[in-house]
Amino acid sequence: MLRLEGVDKSYVTGRNRLHVLKSVDLSIEAGEMVSIMGASGSGKSTLMNVIGLLDAYDAGSYYLDGELMKDLSETKAAVRRRNLIGFVFQSFNLIPFKTAEENVALPLYYQGVGRKARLKAARHYLERMGLLEWASHRPSEMSGGQQQRVAIARALVAKPKVLLADEPTGALDSATSQEIMRLLQEVNAAGMTVVVVTHERDVAATTRRIVRLKDGRVEHANLELADV
Amino acid sequence: MFDLDTWQEILDTIRANKLRSFLTGFSVAWGIFMLIVLLGSGEGLSHGIEYQFRDDAINSIWVFPGQTSVPYKGLAPGRRVQFTNEDRDEIRTGVGGVEHITSRFYISGNLRVRYRDQTTTFDVRCVHPGHLFLEKTIITEGRFLDDLDIKELRKVAVVGVAVKKALFKDEDAIGKNIEINGVAFKVVGVFRDEGGEGEQEKIYLPIATAQRAFGGANRVQQIMLTTGEAPLEQTEGMAKDIKHRLATRHTFSTEDPRAVFVNNNNEEFQKFIGLMRAIRLFIWVVGVGTILAGVVGVSNIMMITVRERTREIGVRKALGATPWSVVGLVLQESILITSIAGYIGLVLGIAVLELVSKGLPGTEFFRNPEVDLAVAIEATLLLIVAGLAAGFVPARRAAAVRPVEALRNE
Repeated sequence: MLRLEGVDKSYVTGRNRLHVLKSVDLSIEAGEMVSIMGASGSGKSTLMNVIGLLDAYDAGSYYLDGELMKDLSETKAAVRRRNLIGFVFQSFNLIPFKTAEENVALPLYYQGVGRKARLKAARHYLERMGLLEWASHRPSEMSGGQQQRVAIARALVAKPKVLLADEPTGALDSATSQEIMRLLQEVNAAGMTVVVVTHERDVAATTRRIVRLKDGRVEHANLELADV
Repeated sequence: MFDLDTWQEILDTIRANKLRSFLTGFSVAWGIFMLIVLLGSGEGLSHGIEYQFRDDAINSIWVFPGQTSVPYKGLAPGRRVQFTNEDRDEIRTGVGGVEHITSRFYISGNLRVRYRDQTTTFDVRCVHPGHLFLEKTIITEGRFLDDLDIKELRKVAVVGVAVKKALFKDEDAIGKNIEINGVAFKVVGVFRDEGGEGEQEKIYLPIATAQRAFGGANRVQQIMLTTGEAPLEQTEGMAKDIKHRLATRHTFSTEDPRAVFVNNNNEEFQKFIGLMRAIRLFIWVVGVGTILAGVVGVSNIMMITVRERTREIGVRKALGATPWSVVGLVLQESILITSIAGYIGLVLGIAVLELVSKGLPGTEFFRNPEVDLAVAIEATLLLIVAGLAAGFVPARRAAAVRPVEALRNE
């Protein structure tokens, strides 16, 4: 589903050059549920941004769904994002003045789906997340776990190829974290490729494969949980 | 880009930020309101000046006699200049560009005007038929004086509506005889005048008849003429020519400032027109400045908005919003707010002008403030452009938001 070959990325700040990703090779097949682990500064967030087409890379190649993603214009990257990738963020990033169903429907708005069809689809996914009765509530009226479930519904509504979750449980207590990971497992069981970026062992343990990054390199592409 | 859903999105964000949207709109509405009020006031001033000129012909030259003030050809200063019928004839035939010309002769002593048992005092002006155009006299009944009245020394009179009212009450005046200092004149016309009540308390007599009847010989007190469509420079030339001819005829220096007074109203009017232009320009500059201030206000607030919404914009971009759709979102919000607010300002401004126009009596300097539709449309167009300009910088900034940075966990 996605394949990185020798991906290199560095940030230039002033006179300093920070080499964040050093020739990363990584392949994730369709239907996998993979977690990417690493200490802070290991480059896992940058890798996530490259995979999510939120950031460009300097050298190497990145194939997503069989297509080379390189030197995309902002507009082209936006179109790929809206069709191929669903995002779940640590801080949920729901739009505060929109209701749950409007938030979930937003990706479909950018796909050009009509309002009625959008809201219908949004309610369908909210129902899957067990939040149908919260459809017309705003994010501020919901708990963190509920907000993250809305975010997952939003990530799924546009039927992406890959679901990218960046520390999805970072802002949640452990019970809610487990609940969220269980949901992600369910989503994966239904056939969705899921990539979770995390530094938490418990979270990584719920995935089927663990990739460990260290100093911008893939230290292990398939780590046993016992070794974490 | 301008579909219903986009508007829905924009209305949502406006609704979510009521105070901010209100403040933005207020600064624009205020700008347009001020512009309209200023422009209307400019018109009011302009109308006031036109009103001051309503009474007499603008394109006229008035000539009054004076006293010589410098010695000339061995003659001592202090001589009185006395105009005569011949002066008028000379100006009429000699000076090029004269349209209508008249002399005025005033009867000396107290004037008693009588009709049957009614006797009162009125101002009598003894003039040529051309006087009609100089005072912008409006005939309401009968006719004004004509050339035959002069030629045949007819004893006819044209009376103002105030005179008619005082002497004849509700009777018909035309064809009746009135006596002026014992001389009978037949009323042939009634007039009114925009110059006010005083100008309607006059009686006009044919100058030739009056000179004969009241011992005026060939003397006249004043000569007035209109200059037609002649441009300002030409009328200045005419004024000069008139002075030179009179100087020759009455033997005084053309440099003498007090011998005769040649008042060129064209010049006065031109001065006022110049003043009006300056006022209008000033008003536009102030008005556009006010709008610019509004635009900067909108731009500022939109800039803050974009900063506040950085995260939201980042989310939208992560969800697949293209840079252009983000630009559209910000620009359209800006245009929507400026257009609606501008329209409100426009309507309020016009309402205030209407109220002032209806409620305040016109004065010498200010009357009937109004703005014409073309200006209102120009202002509206200016506003839409302003909305675009105001939104442009913030929109660019919004489009440049990098989702990575916007979404970075705080």
